[in-house]
Amino acid sequence: MSAIGRPLLEVRGLRMHFPITEGLVARKLVGEVKAVDGIDFSVRRGETLGLVGESGCGKTTTGRCILRLERPTGGEILYDGVDIARMERKELLALRRRIQVIFQDPYSSLNPRMKVGDIIAEPIKVHGIEPDAAKRTARVRELLSVCGLSPRFADRYPHEMSGGQRQRVGIARALALNPEFIVCDEAVSALDVSIQAQVVNLLEDLREQFGLTYLFIAHDLSVVRHLCQRVAVMYLGRIVELADGDELFGNPLHPYTQALLAAVPVPDPSVEMHRTFRPVQGEVPSPINPPSGCVFHPRCPIAVEGCRRERPELREARPGHFVACSEVR
Amino acid sequence: MSTTLDGRIALPADEAIVLHRSYWQATLHFCRREPLGAVGAVLVLIIAITGLSAELIAPYSPTANDFAAMTEAPSWTHWLGTDQFGRDLLSRIIYGARTALIVGLTSAIVGGFAGLVLGVASAYFGGRLDLVFQRIFDVVMAFPLIIMALAVVAIFGTGVHNVIVAITIPLIPRCARVVRSSALAIREIPYVDAARACGYSHSRIILRHMVPNVMAPFLIMLTAFVGQAILAEASLSYLGLGVQEPTPAWGLMLQGGAEEYASTAPWIAIFPGLAIALTVFGVSLFGDALRDVLDPKLRER
Ligand SMILES: Nc1ncnc2c1ncn2[C@@H]1O[C@H](COP(=O)(O)OP(=O)(O)OP(=O)(O)O)[C@@H](O)[C@H]1O
Ligand code: SF4
Ligand SMILES: [Mg+2]
Repeated sequence: MSAIGRPLLEVRGLRMHFPITEGLVARKLVGEVKAVDGIDFSVRRGETLGLVGESGCGKTTTGRCILRLERPTGGEILYDGVDIARMERKELLALRRRIQVIFQDPYSSLNPRMKVGDIIAEPIKVHGIEPDAAKRTARVRELLSVCGLSPRFADRYPHEMSGGQRQRVGIARALALNPEFIVCDEAVSALDVSIQAQVVNLLEDLREQFGLTYLFIAHDLSVVRHLCQRVAVMYLGRIVELADGDELFGNPLHPYTQALLAAVPVPDPSVEMHRTFRPVQGEVPSPINPPSGCVFHPRCPIAVEGCRRERPELREARPGHFVACSEVR
Repeated sequence: MSTTLDGRIALPADEAIVLHRSYWQATLHFCRREPLGAVGAVLVLIIAITGLSAELIAPYSPTANDFAAMTEAPSWTHWLGTDQFGRDLLSRIIYGARTALIVGLTSAIVGGFAGLVLGVASAYFGGRLDLVFQRIFDVVMAFPLIIMALAVVAIFGTGVHNVIVAITIPLIPRCARVVRSSALAIREIPYVDAARACGYSHSRIILRHMVPNVMAPFLIMLTAFVGQAILAEASLSYLGLGVQEPTPAWGLMLQGGAEEYASTAPWIAIFPGLAIALTVFGVSLFGDALRDVLDPKLRER
């Protein structure tokens, strides 16, 4: 397949099982947290793929595996055609320039002991992109203004800035290496609603300006709907549905997605706009001992006997619309 | 500050103020908030300056014997009196300050920094390395500081250099353990993940991103170590296992004649004892105040 046609990122059967150990010296394995349990999806060049789901379903872990902050316990992560899932530290170095990250909490994602200018200049320096100090300073100023901050901020410490400003610094740092792919893990969730909109717009502008590709992890469905071309819904370490944004929100096929979207419409459109994921009734089961078969079966309103035994694969039920449910025709 | 870490590590507003204002402003702020600590700091400073400029200040040579004036009580010629060999006590105490400071500062700083790097590295790498380090620290720490120091002196012998080594070694795990627990929390903070995602080297992440953020507990430990090291040096010297004659050292001055003449010439023991007590007291006052300013949450314990 040509480089143009193939997706920038392709995740195949990705698994991240965290071991639970006991004992100080012997370290006996007593179980596993199946944070991500065999997921498949791909992200096309230039698109924004939304990843949504209740707390603890494995969204962050998925992002961390792609960033290779974790070493996946199974599956493949093809980035531009190359499997990065098992790469070693040295090999990953080149990848670090291409894949970057924006975190949720603008307070803890910046080193409080470093000035903003140094935070942004550091990756440029370490990767030897701009060895000349004066040019590096100019580049930092340029990055700050690209992210809507005055270059004066370069001399400030993060604690002297507001949450929204800090988040822009985080974005500037992510852009410093000229990446092509950015994992945004709840990148706007911690911000005030008014500032959220500004940062969402900034992310959109940057995507256009620099031809970026995003994996956008979020709770807020309205933001996802606004920003993402396609959306994947996760439940307990698995992807249960994946489709174009309009298709997913307009015609959800999986009973879990339906329940989430149907949760009591609010008359006030501005409240409705910012509705976040509501848990379906019943507890989310533990990822340590997930239910057999379809993990959603204990809470599923249309479950049948077979759902306890058969794990439904993610299949293309309509063109471009994937769903993991045996009862969807 | 709203982070995922346990409250102890969350950067207290005061620390941010203290560490980011100019040194002069920070010093003023410290003196106003902690007057007792400032007194301690001044005390330590005076002792340090005295020790450093001993040649200029001391009225006599610390080793000169004046056989015409042995075990003489304090007077205008010998302000603090003389010992049984006719040596001027004031001069010996002034020179002794130098020995105490050299041993105390060197051990505390070398032991502290070694512990800092080992503790942060242990937390950063985790896994087996962490496990091995932890066990080694536990073994060294199972012995009280002075016993451990005695063992080291028994192996390497006495003298200033060996005393420094003997006191440094037991301080390393004490520092590493405290630093490690702070560093474990720092490791989970997203800015460390951001550093990893940028592909920084292990040493850069440890030295630039983790070490500066465990400075508060580290500085508190460091001041405590200075006091402990000075006390340990005095104890070792008193036991005859530390600094050797004729080097002037406070612990050494308490030994031998001081006991013999305790009732007839008490000044021989009183003044070096006072010097030790005052120094350790000053360091403690300053250390406690520093702790209160840098880490207000520790105060409640
Ligand atoms: N390092 C780890 N060791 C053990 N378990 C982990 C680890 N990291 C995550 N988990 C577990 O994996 C599961 C998925 O966590 P993850 O953070 O990926 O969820 P999430 O979808 O991002 O949730 P949230 O919306 O709350 O951020 C959780 O049950 C979590 O407790
Ligand atoms: S497979 Fe069965 S349990 Fe799972 S969602 Fe479909 S109907 Fe419900
Ligand atoms: Mg998360």
